[in-house]
Amino acid sequence: MSLESELETTGAAGSVLPAPGERPPHITVRDLTMAFGSFVVMRDLNFVVRRGDIFVIMGGSGCGKSTLLKHLLGLIEPARGEIFYDGFNFTRADADERERMLRRFGVLYQRGALWSSMTLAENVGLPLGEFTDLTPAQIREVACLKLALVGLKGFEDYYPSDISGGMQKRAALARAMALDPEILFFDEPSAGLDPISSRLLDELILELRQSLGATIVIVTHELPSIFTVADNSIFLDTETRTAIAGGDPKELLAHSTNPTVRKFLTRGEGGTTLQNG
Amino acid sequence: MRESTASMSVSRPPDSSLVIELSGDWQLSRTLPSPVPAEREIAAGPKPAKVRLDGRRLGHWDSGLLIFIDAIATVCRTQQVELDLSLLPSGVARLIQLAEAVPERKGARAEKRKAPFLERVGVGALSAWSVAQGFVGLVGEITIAFSKIIRGTARYRRVDVLEMVQDCGANALGIVTLISFLVGVILAFMGAVQLQQFGASIYVADLVAIGIVREMGAMMTGIIMAGRTGASFAAQLGTMKVTEEIDALTTMGISPVEFLVMPRFIALVLMMPLLCLYSDLLGIAGGAAVGATMLGIPLKLYYQETVAAITLTQLFGGLFKATSYGALVALAGCVSGMQCGASASAVGDATTRAVVSGIVLIVAACGLFAVVFNVLGI
Ligand SMILES: Nc1ncnc2c1ncn2[C@@H]1O[C@H](COP(=O)(O)OP(=O)(O)OP(=O)(O)O)[C@@H](O)[C@H]1O
Ligand SMILES: [Mg+2]
Repeated sequence: MSLESELETTGAAGSVLPAPGERPPHITVRDLTMAFGSFVVMRDLNFVVRRGDIFVIMGGSGCGKSTLLKHLLGLIEPARGEIFYDGFNFTRADADERERMLRRFGVLYQRGALWSSMTLAENVGLPLGEFTDLTPAQIREVACLKLALVGLKGFEDYYPSDISGGMQKRAALARAMALDPEILFFDEPSAGLDPISSRLLDELILELRQSLGATIVIVTHELPSIFTVADNSIFLDTETRTAIAGGDPKELLAHSTNPTVRKFLTRGEGGTTLQNG
Repeated sequence: MRESTASMSVSRPPDSSLVIELSGDWQLSRTLPSPVPAEREIAAGPKPAKVRLDGRRLGHWDSGLLIFIDAIATVCRTQQVELDLSLLPSGVARLIQLAEAVPERKGARAEKRKAPFLERVGVGALSAWSVAQGFVGLVGEITIAFSKIIRGTARYRRVDVLEMVQDCGANALGIVTLISFLVGVILAFMGAVQLQQFGASIYVADLVAIGIVREMGAMMTGIIMAGRTGASFAAQLGTMKVTEEIDALTTMGISPVEFLVMPRFIALVLMMPLLCLYSDLLGIAGGAAVGATMLGIPLKLYYQETVAAITLTQLFGGLFKATSYGALVALAGCVSGMQCGASASAVGDATTRAVVSGIVLIVAACGLFAVVFNVLGI
């Protein structure tokens, strides 16, 4: 089912989303090389994420997906190359400009990274308190709503240490959505969730894109989720230390001839066996 | 099956292969034969066409056997000799194949070699330099954050400041009481032994008052706070670094220096003079206790002598020192925390570094103040 007809059937009246081909570029990565000291993680990455896309970063464990996300967020400086948002050079921007751009982002970290000295409601409410003029009562209302969206109604006054790992993940998701950001970065959102919550999460992601018109960048290994939500993707390869494929994962599965990509997208079943891998 | 000790024998049958025969129970909890003789045989003797491992007489086995076979397999790979696993129990052969299936990633293994002396000195100097840079950078950021606080544009929670004030003010009173009183007692005691000899025991009051108010009060509170609060700052910030909570603040557009460092810095700098004043009082009380009980000086007289001995300048000099020590301890704690690596042991290192550098800074500053105050004639 194509994206357009999907929008039709779910009846997104007044959706802000143009057709995939007409969407302007939102994030542009040019010649990005990432390194820790002399250890090169990935070299020469080039890709474009279009406004309103759900973009998936794929690749084996330890290939540098989280590292790529941290580069996109400016937490690590690139060894070489540049990152643009809406054509604006993020890598060369000064601290104030960066801070202004960061405010339009929402981030879900791989390990949650909830502020452990605050309750869930305070975690979600902190950005609202800092960047909006809402009253404390309104902030609490919004925080409760966001927590309810991720299935955590009633847990507003729990501390992060008092809830399970999967619940922390969902609370962190609520925090990432607090300011209705333009771009959402999710690092393995469904790791640690049960299959049903994981599917609900996919629906939530699609809903976020439609209602907010948000661009969403996701790091994930979850194949069903990749095929459900992604419009576009990049595949990072550990062996060659660079991107070896990109595009709609469904297309990749249908047409890619690269054995590594095929093996990944078919869980190693359609490709070579373990011994000669 | 009867338990039997593990043994290994190497033989060269006429077909130019090399047979390593394994027998008995190969378990980690027992003493196992070393693979070295077999390895040497493969590498040193005439090159065999193939190495065959014969495990038909093996009893129980666990990882102990796998380690042995892995060592042999490694030698075979480097010598390019074929390894025949067909006579081993089938489980062993499968596990070995699994371990060999994914080739080792080049460059992934951290090199463990002892660096030469000069290199270690260089690396040490560079890391000390980066710590110093971090320190200066943080001082700069704190200055900027200060100006933002004055303009009312800084992002931090007032309640955090209050919590920190309670933590490094009220909650520290117990330990400050104990240490200060004891230091007063010790000072008075040591002075008394000497002064009694020529009947000048009343001057114990002067000794204690000046010693405590000028130096010891500020120094003792500084060192207590370095061990107590500086360490806890480093541990808190370091843990937040490990769990990516600091990254989460940054990407939210909230400066960690404004949000986390400033409340801690302000709280400690505000509390230090108060703690120091309190410590001065208790130190003098400690001296008075010795004076009253051991030397028989009436408390009223001791009080008058003390008041006559200290000047307001000395008192404020001491409080000023304490405030500076507080700033240094807060800086040392926060810099160590913010520069923490990404593991639990890194948090431990950061805490140690916070305490050590805090105390070193206090002592260095104390020396500097001694010279400056001397020049200024205070
Ligand atoms: N701070 C660091 N210093 C040095 N090397 C690092 C650092 N962080 C990550 N690495 C290395 O970079 C590589 C990529 O790590 P990264 O966390 O990005 O992997 P990943 O693709 O997110 O894996 P996973 O799917 O398991 O989360 C790894 O080989 C890791 O050892
Ligand atoms: Mg990762």
